[in-house]
Amino acid sequence: MAVLVDKHTRLLVQGITGSAGAFHTRQCIAYGTNVVAGVTPGKGGSQFDDSVPIFDTVAQAAAATGANATMIFVPPPFAADAIMEAADAGIALIVCITEGIPVLDMVKAQTYLQGLKAEGKVIRLVGPNCPGVITPDACKIGIMPGHIHKAGHVGVVSRSGTLTYEAVGQLSALGIGQSTCIGIGGDPVKGTDFIDALELFQADPDTHAVIMIGEIGGSAEEAAAEWVKANFTKPIIGFVAGLTAPPGRRMGHAGAIISGGSGTGQSKIAAFEAAGIRVAPTPADLASTLLTVWKP
Amino acid sequence: MKIHEYQAKELFRHYGVPVPEGYPAFSIEEAMAAADKLAGPIRVVKAQIHAGGRGLGGGVKVCKTKEEVKEKASQILGMTLKTHQTGPEGQLVRRLYIEGGVDIRRELYLSMLLDRDTGRIVIMASTEGGMNIEDVAHNTPELIYKAWVDPKVGLQAFQARKLGFKLGLSAKAVGHFAKLLASLYRLYVEKDCSLVEINPLVVTGSDDVIALDGKVNFDDNGMFRHNDILAYRDLDEEDPAEVEAGKYDLSYVHLDGTVGCLVNGAGLAMATMDILKHFGAEPANFLDVGGGATAEKVTAAFKIILSDRRVQAIFVNIFGGIMKCDTIAEGVITAAKQVGLDRPLVVRLEGTNVELGRKMLAESGLPIIAALDMKDGAQKAAAAAEKFAASGALS
Repeated sequence: MAVLVDKHTRLLVQGITGSAGAFHTRQCIAYGTNVVAGVTPGKGGSQFDDSVPIFDTVAQAAAATGANATMIFVPPPFAADAIMEAADAGIALIVCITEGIPVLDMVKAQTYLQGLKAEGKVIRLVGPNCPGVITPDACKIGIMPGHIHKAGHVGVVSRSGTLTYEAVGQLSALGIGQSTCIGIGGDPVKGTDFIDALELFQADPDTHAVIMIGEIGGSAEEAAAEWVKANFTKPIIGFVAGLTAPPGRRMGHAGAIISGGSGTGQSKIAAFEAAGIRVAPTPADLASTLLTVWKP
Repeated sequence: MKIHEYQAKELFRHYGVPVPEGYPAFSIEEAMAAADKLAGPIRVVKAQIHAGGRGLGGGVKVCKTKEEVKEKASQILGMTLKTHQTGPEGQLVRRLYIEGGVDIRRELYLSMLLDRDTGRIVIMASTEGGMNIEDVAHNTPELIYKAWVDPKVGLQAFQARKLGFKLGLSAKAVGHFAKLLASLYRLYVEKDCSLVEINPLVVTGSDDVIALDGKVNFDDNGMFRHNDILAYRDLDEEDPAEVEAGKYDLSYVHLDGTVGCLVNGAGLAMATMDILKHFGAEPANFLDVGGGATAEKVTAAFKIILSDRRVQAIFVNIFGGIMKCDTIAEGVITAAKQVGLDRPLVVRLEGTNVELGRKMLAESGLPIIAALDMKDGAQKAAAAAEKFAASGALS
């Protein structure tokens, strides 16, 4: 079962001919992902690695191949446009890997997507600035190292890519598999957020427990904690990165900044604890902390 | 990206936001020339540094005569200004702004920024101008009025009027306020701002509404399309190590501790700082080498960390995904050989090509302390830093 992606996912790649796009498309194909099309404006009619047809527009690619998900590697100045193009073409799952999109471009794209959703279209954006989504042994969309994953029943949702790998690495080392891992990304304006991911995990019979990894900045962790308290029934543990970050300094991710006294790690951990979410004392204790609240 | 007040006011003027007459000055002579241009009698000498809290730190002085302008400008230019935002070491004042006095009747607060919860630009206005807005938000949150802008239609006049009347402005002043807000919104959107703040925004005796201060920050991700804004960048206001890191597209933030960190991924880099602190050490920096780093980038990162003389030990913490462990190993070895490894180095490698990376480090002949996992690495780095500092080896 798992969530978002599985063996039936038909993936198209926007920006397939760029260096990062090409490299990771090959990695996804090697993992077993069904990549059905690529899109690079001006290169329609050609083939990627003699196996994947390339189209000029997402609409053409979707019509010709029945793609139902897209992975975006388009450079930052054009990435928000690529997200909107995919949504317009009716692609249900849009995973945007691109880092460095101007936030006002994302405000525009988000507004556009909301408009389409209001018309009844089913669209889900994951990212931008995220590692992507993986259902182990079924489908990998993104830049995560596939080999560290193992199929199983723990859902992982995280704002940070490498911390997701850290959690997955610790789980797999103990022989514990994952249902689906969702990297929601480090930008301030993004698609899928913690609560969206947790709703999916709650509804998924294949997910038995969850690791949620937050970081400083914004209030998504606090909102998720409240939602968990009211709605989430599965074992869940949390972690928040950036307890030692100074206020007012952006810690790499555009969204990882403590501003105006809000968004501190302390307030997020307090919110997690108040909601009964056990918090891993260090990032090296993600899997072991999960085992204190759940037995596989 | 941050800019100076005088640069913000230049942008304000360009967009039609009223500001007092004023001129930047890089020397006492220029300060006097600026004072001559201003009608007087009141002139204000303002230190131009990127940090806030300049007034309390003694960086803003109201002068009644031109002689006083000379006196205050001489005091402020070249002083090391300490405010709650500069840290204890303070910031050297290299630029001044000489501004005309204003007939102030009321001081208000106004800002514009992204509200992450709604994904919209929010305008915040308060009657409590001239104060620290965080204190206002904490003590009297009911005195902060907000309006969210629908990106589809932009800021509407009624929203500005609503805010203006809530602030208790006269009908005439509300008109000026609405015009000012519309101009500010245009600036925010056209120039990819991340924050526009005016504190205080003043109402004069003639009901004019004027920006007495100006703080404008920009979205770094949007700067590729604004060369005019990039020209405002003042490298003197930035940490030299951070500027150097920026050249290599490294994400680096200088901190005050003793354990230098080299990590891939922003989340893991923050978590590495946290775990060091957990084991009693203080991180010297945040450093994310990024996912697609080359050996050259890693070498540059390593040199930047070693250039901080407070660093007593280095902790390399890599979970290689896209970033291959052998690339990290190559960078570390190159840098250590180029600059000389004079401090303990703890390396934790995991992920893609980990065996190759570990082998390269082991065979390099460098005195590297290998760590089994992140926890082991953090403990070893904390211990190594303490031991090295106690030995006084870095003098």
